[in-house]
Parts: sequence; C-alpha cells; structure tokens
Amino acid sequence: MKKTKLFSLFASVIGAGMLFSAQAHAATTLTVYTALEADQIKAYQAAFQKANPDIEIKWVRDSTGIVTAKLLAEKANPQADVIWGLAATSLALLDKEGMLMPYAPQGLSAIDAKYRSAANPPAWVGMDVWASAICFNTVEAQKQGLPKPTSWADLTKPVYAGKIVMPNPASSGTGYLDVSAWLQMMGEDKGWAYMDALHKNIGQYTHSGSKPCKQAATGEFPIGIAFEYRAVKTKKEGAPIDVILPSEGLGWDIEATAIVKGSKHLEAAKKLADFSASKEAMALYEKNFAVVAIPGVAKPDELLPADYEKRLIKNDFTWASTNRDRILTEWSKRYESKSEKKQ
Amino acid sequence: MRTEMTMPATVSAPLPTLSAETSTSARPAPVPDRSQWLPGLLKWMLLMLLALGLVGPLLFILAQAVLTPAGQWAGTQPFVQLFANINFLPMLARSLWVSAVTAVVTVPLAYVFAYALQRTCIPGKGLWRGIGLLPLLAPSLLPGIALIYLFGNQGLFKEWMEGSIYGFWGILLGEVFYTFPHALMILLSALSQADGRLYDAAQAMGASRWRIFTTVTLPATRYGIFGALCLVFTLTITDFGVPKITGGAYSVLAVEAYKAVVGQQQFGRGALIGLLLLVPALLTFTLDAWLQRRQRASMSSRSENYVPRADWRRDGANLLAVMLIASAILMMIVVAMGASVVKLWPYNLQLTLQHYDFDNMDGGGWLAYWNSLRLACGTSVAGTLFIFCGAWLMEKTRGQAWLSTLLRMLCFLPMAVPGLVLGLGSLLFFNHPANPFNFLYGTMTLLVLCSVVHFYTTAHLTAVTALKQLDPEFEAASLSLKVPLLKTFIRVTVPLCLPQLLEIFRYLFVSSMTTVSAVIFLYRPDTVLASVAVLNMDDAGDVGPAAAMSTLILLTSAAASLLMHLAGSRWLARAQAWRRGRAH
Repeated sequence: MKKTKLFSLFASVIGAGMLFSAQAHAATTLTVYTALEADQIKAYQAAFQKANPDIEIKWVRDSTGIVTAKLLAEKANPQADVIWGLAATSLALLDKEGMLMPYAPQGLSAIDAKYRSAANPPAWVGMDVWASAICFNTVEAQKQGLPKPTSWADLTKPVYAGKIVMPNPASSGTGYLDVSAWLQMMGEDKGWAYMDALHKNIGQYTHSGSKPCKQAATGEFPIGIAFEYRAVKTKKEGAPIDVILPSEGLGWDIEATAIVKGSKHLEAAKKLADFSASKEAMALYEKNFAVVAIPGVAKPDELLPADYEKRLIKNDFTWASTNRDRILTEWSKRYESKSEKKQ
Repeated sequence: MRTEMTMPATVSAPLPTLSAETSTSARPAPVPDRSQWLPGLLKWMLLMLLALGLVGPLLFILAQAVLTPAGQWAGTQPFVQLFANINFLPMLARSLWVSAVTAVVTVPLAYVFAYALQRTCIPGKGLWRGIGLLPLLAPSLLPGIALIYLFGNQGLFKEWMEGSIYGFWGILLGEVFYTFPHALMILLSALSQADGRLYDAAQAMGASRWRIFTTVTLPATRYGIFGALCLVFTLTITDFGVPKITGGAYSVLAVEAYKAVVGQQQFGRGALIGLLLLVPALLTFTLDAWLQRRQRASMSSRSENYVPRADWRRDGANLLAVMLIASAILMMIVVAMGASVVKLWPYNLQLTLQHYDFDNMDGGGWLAYWNSLRLACGTSVAGTLFIFCGAWLMEKTRGQAWLSTLLRMLCFLPMAVPGLVLGLGSLLFFNHPANPFNFLYGTMTLLVLCSVVHFYTTAHLTAVTALKQLDPEFEAASLSLKVPLLKTFIRVTVPLCLPQLLEIFRYLFVSSMTTVSAVIFLYRPDTVLASVAVLNMDDAGDVGPAAAMSTLILLTSAAASLLMHLAGSRWLARAQAWRRGRAH
C-alpha cells in the first residue's frame, strides 16, 4: 500500500517534470515592449500564438513615455526583441538613434503608404490610428450652462474659462500631437495665437494623455481634449459624455510595430512583424480603432462619423519630430511661466 | 545611588557568563582581537554594496548630464541652458517654498503626535500609532485621489475651497499626508527614551510643566526634530507623485525632471535637475556632522527610563490633538477606499466590486501582487540587516574614521535622489554590457537592491537615532571585559534597539509594497509589480481600479504590520522589560 502511493507520487513528479521540459524545449521566448492597453494585449497575443505555437511572448507594458525612455536607456544593450504597439513618433526617435532593424513584413504592399515609415524596407509598420477628439460632459454642461463646442475655435470662447483640460505636451505624446496638429493646420503664427487664446480657458494641463477624457467623464473639468479611442471607450463605460470631432481637422498618430536591432531571436521576431501587418491582425485592431493600416478592413463605429478618416490632417511626422524641442521650449515659455496668475 | 539596579536585566545578565566564557577559553597564545579587523571588513562590504546600488547608478546618470551624446565633456553649457530658461528660477523658488512649508507644518504635527504616544498616558496608544503610520502603507497616488474626491471640482467639500485644490494647496496637503509618518518615525524614536532622573530633579525644583518641556524634553530631542525637518523637506522636494496629480499649474522641479525623462526622453536634463535636488541632502549632511559634535547620549548606563504618570489635563489635550490628526488621516484613506467601490463617481454611486477585477487591467494581475510581496519581504529582510549593522558600524566602532565619514555621507544621499533618477541610473549602469553585474538586470535581486538603497536614509536615521541614545559605555565596558564587539552587538545593542529594528523592518516592507519611481525602469516581464500597476491605471485615468489596487496594497501592508506586531510583541515584551522601568 505504502509502496504504491510512493510510486505514484514518484511517477507524477517525473511526469510533471517531463511536461515542463517539453514545453520549455518547444518555445522561443520573445521579449516584446508595448504601450498597448492591457485588454487589447490578451486578444492579440492569443491570435498570434494560435498561429505560432512555438513562440512565446513576454510583455513589458507601460505608458508610451516610460516604454520609450526604457528603450532609449537600454540602447547600449537592448533587451527587447520586438516593439509591438508604440507611437510612430517614438519609433521615429528610436530609428534616428539607429536602434531599429528595417524589415519588410509579408503583405507589406497592402499597407497604406501613409501608415508606414517612408524608408524601404520600412523601419516600422503601422497598426492603427488614433486621433484627437473632445470629451464633453453633458450633465455638467447643462448644470453650468455650457453650449456644445463643435470646433477647435469654439474652445477659445470666454464661456469655457477654466473648464477645459488638456494634456501637457511636454509630458504626454497626446498633448504634443494636438499642439503639432494646430501648428501644421493653422500655420505657426496663427497656431500660437490660437493656443494663447485657448490657454485662457485651460483649467489644467495634465501629465497623462488619457486623463483629460476621464476628468471630463467625472465632471472634474467638463471638457477634455483627448483622443478618440479613450473617448469612445469611456462613453461605452457609461460616462455622460459626447465625443466631439472638431470640424477643422484632427491631429493623429499611429501605433506601429518594429524589430529591435540586435535581437537574438530574429526569425521569431520577423514572424511577429509579419503577423502584426497581416489582415488577420488588422481585424483585431479594428475592434478597438476606427482606422487601421490596411484600407478597407475597418468597419464604421456607431459613435464616429463615416468620413472619420478623411478628417485626419496631413501629418508630417518628420516635421513634428525634428521641431519638437523648439516647439516645446516655446510652449513652456508661453504657458508655464505665467501660470501662477491663473486660478 | 540606585545605578546598578537600573541596568537592564537582559543586559547585565549575559555579561558575566560571557566574560567567564572568554576567560575559560583563553589559550596560551593570545586570541587575535577580532574586534579590530571585523568592523573594518564589514564597513568595506557595506561600501561595496552602496557603490553598486548607489554610486554606480548615480555616476552613470551624471554622465548623461555632463557629457554630450558623443561622450565629450559638455562643460557648463547644460547648466547655463537650464538656468537661462525663464521658467527655471520661479520653479526653483516654488519647489523650495512648498517643501519648506510642508516641513514646518508636518514636523510640529508629528511631534505632538509622537509626544502624546511616548510621554503621556492617553488610552489606545497602539491604535493611534497604527493610524499615524497608515500613510506609509498607501501608494503615493492615494492622497492625490483622495484630495480630488474631497476638494476637487466635484469633491465632497468643494465649497470649503476658496480657489482650486490644484496647485499649492494640493501639493501641501498631499505632501503633509505623505511625509507625516516619516517624521513620526524619527520623532517616536527620539522621544522613546529619556532619563527619568532629569524629570524628577526638575519637578523637585518646582519647574512648571512648560518649563520642563522647553528645557528638558525639547533639547533632548532636537536631533530628531532636525532630522525630521530635513527629511520632510527633501522628501517633498524630490517627490513627483503628489504634484503630478494635484499640482496643477504650480510646477515644481521634481515634476520637471519627470517631464524631461518620461515626456521628452531628455535624460541629460532630467539628470541635471536630479543633481540639483541632491543639494539639500548634502547641506543636511554638513549640518548633521556639525550637530553630531554637539549631541551627547541622553541615555547613559546610569539612566532610569522616564515613565509618564497620568495627568488628566495633559492627557486630555493630547488625546484631542491625536484624535484630530488621526481622523484627518483616516478620512483620506476612507475616501480613497470608497472610490474603489463606487461604480461611476460622481454620477452612479452604486456599490460594486468590478474595480477589483484586475484580470483585464494593466499590470499582470496577481503575478504583480505576489511579486510585490516578494520584493517587500526581500527588501525588509536584507535592508534591516544591512542598514542597522551599517548604522552600528558607523556609530559604535572605532577606526577607519574616513571610511565611516564616507559611508555616513553615502547614507544621506538616497533620500535626495529622486527615485526616477536612481531607477534610470540603475538601468544604465546594470544594463551596460561591460558591467560584470549585468546579469542582475531585470532580476528580483536588483529590484531589492534598488529598493534598499532608495529607502536607506529614513531607516538609517531611525537606527542612528536609536543608537545615539545608547551610552558608548556599553561598548567600552565590553571592550574592557574583552567581549568581542560583535557579541556586544548581538546581546546588548540589538535587544536594546528591538523596537526601532522592528520599525525599520516594517518601514522597508510597506515602502517597497508601494514604491514606484525607482523600480519602474527595472522590472521585467516576470517581475511586474502591483505598485507600478497602480500608476499605470491612474495614468490611463482608471481611478476606480487604481484606488482598488491601492486598497489591496494598503490592506496587505496593514495585515503584515499587524502580524509582525503580534509576532514581535512577545519577544519585545521580554527584551524590553527594562523600558517599563518602575513607576516613580
């Protein structure tokens, strides 16, 4: 009796050990850096591993700023194999540092030329687009007698004094996306004049791009300058907000994929890059975003207008990244030094 | 004289046996005096550890500040550029001002609280003490969340606010909450022991209560007061967690460093600001060295521990003060906990547990939680050992004077190094291909090392304050009795300082449960942390889940503290029996 018990215990230990070693043998482990949302990651990973059961993904997930800073700081000895889901502006920065390995994934020709890096083979390939939007709290608007704005210009009206919150472009990529869009749309002089006027109405500049819409959702500040993914998601969660797409045009950025130069698992990394650019993956991105890198995949969202993609401005990423320091210095000179007088 | 009587029983008992041992084991050849080289060796080991965890990372981050990307010496140009910015000087002034006000507000509050706990007979001391230390258990985000729910534009008490909570007041209130337990720990330690004979004498001479306080109590604790002031000041000036959330347009240096590193990836500028934030700590160190020459031990081996007697007027007033402070702290925590169970604040106040469903949220769910626990255990065990031994080596052993001074200076540095700068520096240092220790990068070991270094100063100050109150005669006596120093350390010093040791252990545990800024650059997929998850959730604007995870962290830390308290109390009761003294 005792012997059999011991034996079965022994056998099960051996069996478990074999199971583990078999698993460990089969898998290549890719270290993937990302700024995607946690709930998106799960679906994307499941689909990828279904197609590539021998490749395992280990995620390093953080906000865009932290992930970019981490990658740059690791430049001497890169730890990531692939970057899957990081702003193209950040990837352009890493590309400038020579940290990305250009690679043309299978099916590259299907990708819209706007949504990949211009080089050939491209340093990064786009996934989905996110663009500016305004979150407008309807409950507070009624309480405080605020008309619904429809354009960027509306936001400078005196009635909104202290009611608007936007991300600080020096802390958040989303904030910079807005500033750079205004300057590109209106031209430098008019763009700065617009921000001067807008500044008078700003209640707070936040340090995160997602905060403004959330603050609009709780009515902390009734109007948040945000981006459409967060706005739509917040509304679907039941917040009393309207998602407004300003009529003049929308600034945007794109989430993209790139292979890190020096990856020790190049073959697996390429497979991931292939998958990320595939139609199958686009169908997953489409569930969260209204515009994806392969034209014709995305279905219209009930909360967004049908001509949504046409409203995106012509965005010059190179201009935005080469002028970033100059613009941020000017921005901070204008709006951070005299900030004491407000309130 | 009743001197020998008051020697603690646990101290006097082992000594004869020890000396007997040494005499019987004496061999013809003289036993080499290990007390000479062992402390020296230990000091070198400590120096190695600090070099690895602190100096290396700092040098690497400084290189970012003073070298051009090509590796050339950049000269004064980065400094000139930083100072020439028209925002810089006002920002510096704001940082100094808000930190000074925080120190001046927090330390008296903490002093009153500590005084009531140590020198009066108010009821429920354990409870008040627990509440006073509660803010330590909360992630730094929590005061921000609570303040916005209380005084924000949709807050419960928004009518009370003149203007907006975002700005000076937001930072001040948040930082007072955040730094209060740090000051409290130091002051509790400073007030824990007093020579009862002084109070007897003063009373016999007919001194008034106030006069006794100003001529006996205050002077005896000035070292602690000074330490607390400096600590609160530096903690505030280097913290970006609170001003990031409630600072509004009141921009301060620490947030500027955060913006430089995270917002714009300008490591050089971030490092330069980090360098400036080191200045207050260096000043503290100089002042401390100066004060140290004037500080004498308040507890000699002849002291009799002071035991307060009931006095309803003093006790009543103190109880009222403690209750006011405690309810302010509790209110912040209860509000944040409330935020975690409300569906959609402020429009849908239905209760829900949906925010506790961490599976679909940032940060790795339960793995992150267990990792945080592992980090907390590792940091508190390793940290208590190193920090307390280190403090003892510096305070109580002779020789290698220059080494002790160097170590003492290094111990003050961590409190001034913003976590972000330390974390980034550790990344650069440990990930460098030429670093023989680069295998540590991404491991739990490195996270533990980084956390120990990050929290070194407060723990060190607590240990030093406790050790300073022990008469050097203990060491002198054991030397003359030829007892090895290490034995004195284990049989005398450790039991005497047991309350502070447990304090340090608890402090390290709860701090590493909540730490974010230093470790955010260092974790890898297997070592994700709950505290980082909180930051990410708040960044995404998910205040409910952030509050929920904060609540979970807080409850865990509270449970751990309680366990430690229960486990420790029996041990403590035995080793600390002498402290109760005799009523007189």
